[in-house]
Amino acid sequence: MRLERREGTTFALIVSAPLAAIAVALMLSGGLIAIAGANPMDAYFEMVRGAFGSRLSISETLTRTTPLILTGLAAAVAFRTRLWNIGGEGQLYAGALIAAWLGHSIGTTVPSPLAILIVLLSGMVAGALLLLGPVLLRIRLGVDEVVTTLILNFIVLLFVSMMIEGPMKDPLAFGWPQSVAVGNEVLLPKILERTRLHAGLLIAVAAAVLIWFVQSRTVFGLETRAAGLNQKAAAFAGVALGPTLLGVACISGALAGLAGAIEVTGLKGYVTLDLSPGYGYSGIVVAMLAGLHPIGVVITALFVAVIFVGADSMSRALGVPSFIADVIVSISLLTMLVSLLFTSYRIRR
Amino acid sequence: MIEAVEILATASLWDAVLRIATPLIFGTLGALICERAGVLNLGIEGIMTLGAMVGWMTVYQGADLWTGLLVAALCGAIFGLLHALLTVPLGLSQHVTGLGITLFASSLTYYVYRLALPVASTPPTIEPFQPLDIPLLSGFPFLGEALFSQTAPTYLAIFACLATAYILARTPLGLAVRMTGENPHAVEAQGLNPISIRIGAVVTGSALMAVGGAFLTTATFNSFFPTMVQGRGWVCIALVVFASWRPAKALLGALLFALFDAYQLRLQHVVDQAIPYQLFLMVPYVLSIVALIVMSRRAKVPQALMAPYRKGER
Repeated sequence: MRLERREGTTFALIVSAPLAAIAVALMLSGGLIAIAGANPMDAYFEMVRGAFGSRLSISETLTRTTPLILTGLAAAVAFRTRLWNIGGEGQLYAGALIAAWLGHSIGTTVPSPLAILIVLLSGMVAGALLLLGPVLLRIRLGVDEVVTTLILNFIVLLFVSMMIEGPMKDPLAFGWPQSVAVGNEVLLPKILERTRLHAGLLIAVAAAVLIWFVQSRTVFGLETRAAGLNQKAAAFAGVALGPTLLGVACISGALAGLAGAIEVTGLKGYVTLDLSPGYGYSGIVVAMLAGLHPIGVVITALFVAVIFVGADSMSRALGVPSFIADVIVSISLLTMLVSLLFTSYRIRR
Repeated sequence: MIEAVEILATASLWDAVLRIATPLIFGTLGALICERAGVLNLGIEGIMTLGAMVGWMTVYQGADLWTGLLVAALCGAIFGLLHALLTVPLGLSQHVTGLGITLFASSLTYYVYRLALPVASTPPTIEPFQPLDIPLLSGFPFLGEALFSQTAPTYLAIFACLATAYILARTPLGLAVRMTGENPHAVEAQGLNPISIRIGAVVTGSALMAVGGAFLTTATFNSFFPTMVQGRGWVCIALVVFASWRPAKALLGALLFALFDAYQLRLQHVVDQAIPYQLFLMVPYVLSIVALIVMSRRAKVPQALMAPYRKGER
């Protein structure tokens, strides 16, 4: 038995890959749900109801989708050029911290829409700067960016902890480590009344469309793809690898930073250490499930959000630990990798 | 200032160095064995988390400590086998698969832990490994306390390091593993199977990683809590580069690293809040990035690291 490369892949294969991966992941996780003493079908039904059952739950699911689209795009953009940015979590917190600081101090000095723009942009810059370090180290010294971006996540979290217990501590938070709150002028408008759903969702979807346009319709987009497929061939064809990599790093880091800035200005209003339940890491799964396609990211981010929001209410109803959500999502990543393989290879005897 | 220097002369510092180094030694050694055969194993963080929980849980359910380590090693080996099957015969991206293994192993760990102990506000505890009393040596003034008051797994870690160094450098098995990491086609030409050598190396390495994790819950602490591995796995990956893929240097690297860690913990008490404690906690992470930068130029990377091997394909 051996693997043989397919001549080409069909659209049907590409679309069925994530579906097959998710189906297998749900089946395997079903076994774990059964061990917990619940009927897997009941559990999945509860999850769908928890995520879509009411106007409020739909809004919560979409609120959860927003940062996942952005961190998913951050990973998708980088992975396409084989830039392994695993630092989405740290970049998200960097963006959030800057957004909280600026959002608190900018006050009424500038009109509200401009203030929002400044705060979001600075969050993006913070995320991009954080990724530039590891990427420069890779280009200049050949240091593997996977390890450096991963370790930076821990450093950034400690830095955030230091800031919200020190200079940026909210004096009114009764000793609870929480940053100062942003002013009302920089809060993103809500897009659904009496829910937490905010305009960040629109920004995230717009970002996905923009990335899709850049990747498929511009020279830079082609260069990022070429550099990812074959560095030597790309360099031979005249793609400047260093600048392309740096450009991709800026976009990827900025997207993750934007996710943080939007969580602060759209949802929380301040920074705590549980601002993100691992959005940076889930973004990697979102990107892989989408086959790194920016529009696909929007759909798979919704899927992951459904799992997380649904698992919370399913856990309350059936007593299955809500960690099952992380299990489902991580198994989907592994099954997706295998099914992606079979879109470009087939088994021959 | 003088106090900061005096720390170095306390026996408890050196005692702590060996204790802090032990999980790093196991983890680094595990990652090193995988990489010498040509496979990057980023599953390490998750496998250490899994090992920590499984080792602790086994003991909590009534087994003895060594059985705990053994069961942890077995579970680590199973996840290593999963990583190996996906990356070696199937040739999937070692980066993404490894991260997937980490996410899967840690989420499964938390799920199983929560399932076994539904509500536990304070984590239950076990009776951990006690320092081994070595006749003569342990009673020696200063040195006895500093170097010879360790738990048995610490000595095991050091022994495993030296044994791996010997096996890799001096035995046919070691040669085969190193060759698979440098040039799998040459291994094939020798009539050996690079696929099975790689799988074997990843399984062995992952078992060691899990033992490193289990040390945290059966010797360093006496209970399990989520996120307790705290990036130690990633530090180990950095230490492999720092050690230039050599087991003896890995031992040295882990000890050096642990020295900084133990020192910053004590320095925190000396400066007493004059400097935020988070800055001290950053030290190990910053150090591992510095180690990567310093060593990356001189590092002798296994030539076939991260290159999937397919028979007849170049």
